Amino acid sequence: MTALAITGLMKSFGGLRVTNGVDLAVAPGERRLIIGPNGAGKTTLFNLVTGELAPDSGAIALFGQDITRTACRRRAHLGMARTYQIITLFPRDTILRNVVLALLGLSGLRWNPLIDLDRQHHLATRAGEALARVGLGHIADRPLTETSYGERRRVEIAMAMAQNPKVLLLDEPFAGLSIDERRDVQQLLAAIPRDVTIVMIEHDMDVALDLADRITLLHFGEVIVEGTRAEVVADPRTREVYLGE
Amino acid sequence: MKVRLMRGASAPRVASGFALFGLTTVPLWVGNSYYIDVSSQILLFAVFALALNVLVGYGGLVSLGHAGLFAVSGYTAGLMLQAGFGHTAAGIGAVLVTLLTSAVFAVLALRSTGISFLMITLALGQIVWGIAYRWADLTNGDNGVSISTRPAPFGISLAGAPSFYYATLVVFLLALVAMAAFVRSPFGASLCGTRDQARRMTALGYNVWLIRFLAFLFSGFWCAIAGLLYLYNKQFISPQVSALQASAEVLLMVISGGTATLMGPIAGAAIVVIMKYVVSAYVVRWNLVLGVIFVAIITFMPEGLVPGSVRIWGFAWRRWRALRPSGKPGPGKPGLGEPR
Repeated sequence: MTALAITGLMKSFGGLRVTNGVDLAVAPGERRLIIGPNGAGKTTLFNLVTGELAPDSGAIALFGQDITRTACRRRAHLGMARTYQIITLFPRDTILRNVVLALLGLSGLRWNPLIDLDRQHHLATRAGEALARVGLGHIADRPLTETSYGERRRVEIAMAMAQNPKVLLLDEPFAGLSIDERRDVQQLLAAIPRDVTIVMIEHDMDVALDLADRITLLHFGEVIVEGTRAEVVADPRTREVYLGE
Repeated sequence: MKVRLMRGASAPRVASGFALFGLTTVPLWVGNSYYIDVSSQILLFAVFALALNVLVGYGGLVSLGHAGLFAVSGYTAGLMLQAGFGHTAAGIGAVLVTLLTSAVFAVLALRSTGISFLMITLALGQIVWGIAYRWADLTNGDNGVSISTRPAPFGISLAGAPSFYYATLVVFLLALVAMAAFVRSPFGASLCGTRDQARRMTALGYNVWLIRFLAFLFSGFWCAIAGLLYLYNKQFISPQVSALQASAEVLLMVISGGTATLMGPIAGAAIVVIMKYVVSAYVVRWNLVLGVIFVAIITFMPEGLVPGSVRIWGFAWRRWRALRPSGKPGPGKPGLGEPR
């Protein structure tokens, strides 16, 4: 069974075909890297997979279950989590509260208007553990506004991982990070257990290639090359897309 | 040697104690029944402003049609009483009809957020005003609806100004407790999340639309309660109550006092009502005074009167402690005036 199966996925914005018949099959536990130049349709593909956009045609299946028309919020409950290329966090809250909100999203407690959220210690404990795993346990109570960009990137990952996803979609997790921060995030991602399937968009080939089992090269909304790291790097079409003729 | 007022009592707690004492003794030190009635009005408009603050402050949804909901409640009860129903039936009927109207408002307005949400609620509020003003067969048009008696819950007559004030105070405190619980609850946190990052909330598994819809109903419920109190306070309701100006007024109460705080809307309600009913007796152009006050608040405390005062007070306090080396400044605990 495939963890994530995409078949014939199409999406146009007006006359522009952003996703043009994409087929993708990601095995359980696989680390899949999606690369491609700017405007290749990588983030759009993610938005289609998570349900933030509806495809024009084609199908998406999560562990054999068709989710093409499933609402975005339902997909989170089915075990899909994502991070954003442009950091999308809750600026008025502490780091811990951000992760608590991630946990609450999958909990029935989220509808409760009577109890005190701050007294739900099991949520705070689990959030603290998730933050400790990304190395932010010591500043869990810090307001988000007082954190660095690199720390926020890790909060993004902590929030996604706190939801215990089966499939984790990482949209440029290294974007804007310093060399040291990149190495930290790389180690953090390498430590994620293999029962989580990871699909990652990344421009930074140096750090991302080490993590990837297989690589898909996207160009003008189409899959150009797919294969192992060596195959894709050696393929002349990769050179053509990235380096020109 | 410093003497603490109460063991383990924090500043906000002491302040709330004093405020509660002040509120329960209003009829004793205000005396004049006109001013007791004005105090009742402050409290009922505070309930109204707290209701709107659920959407404006915590939901990030600025409504300009809430006077419509307030008026639907008052009119429903007024017309039911005129038709011969009892107070209980009229009260329940008013709440139910207002909740239903809120649901319709919400379904139509929640198709969007931001300025479109504001414009749709404005239009819906104007429809209510149109019905109240033009559909004279139903609503008696410009002449309004008057009722002859106030209810007597548990056999206690509310005919006098002091007894009505106490009844309003009880309802106001219930509303305040309900709001405080709501803000701290997981559902309240969910609503704040939809305000700050709606897209993220969806990806995290929240039903953003349903959260906003339920918050709208919660807001509508307390508008209904405030509308009922208004009708019984004045024993009269007219189309003016549902006009755009009334919606703008309650929105100003929320914004001037401080959105997303519990105390802000209450302070805002007090300012507007005092201007309208007290200062207007001495200053003909009281609207001008109110405008100057609003401009001053926006200039010096753009976050609103209550959080602004907390900020300025905290600043002054730290400066004062810094000048006296013996004191050790501690971190302030966020009180009820702190925005969420």
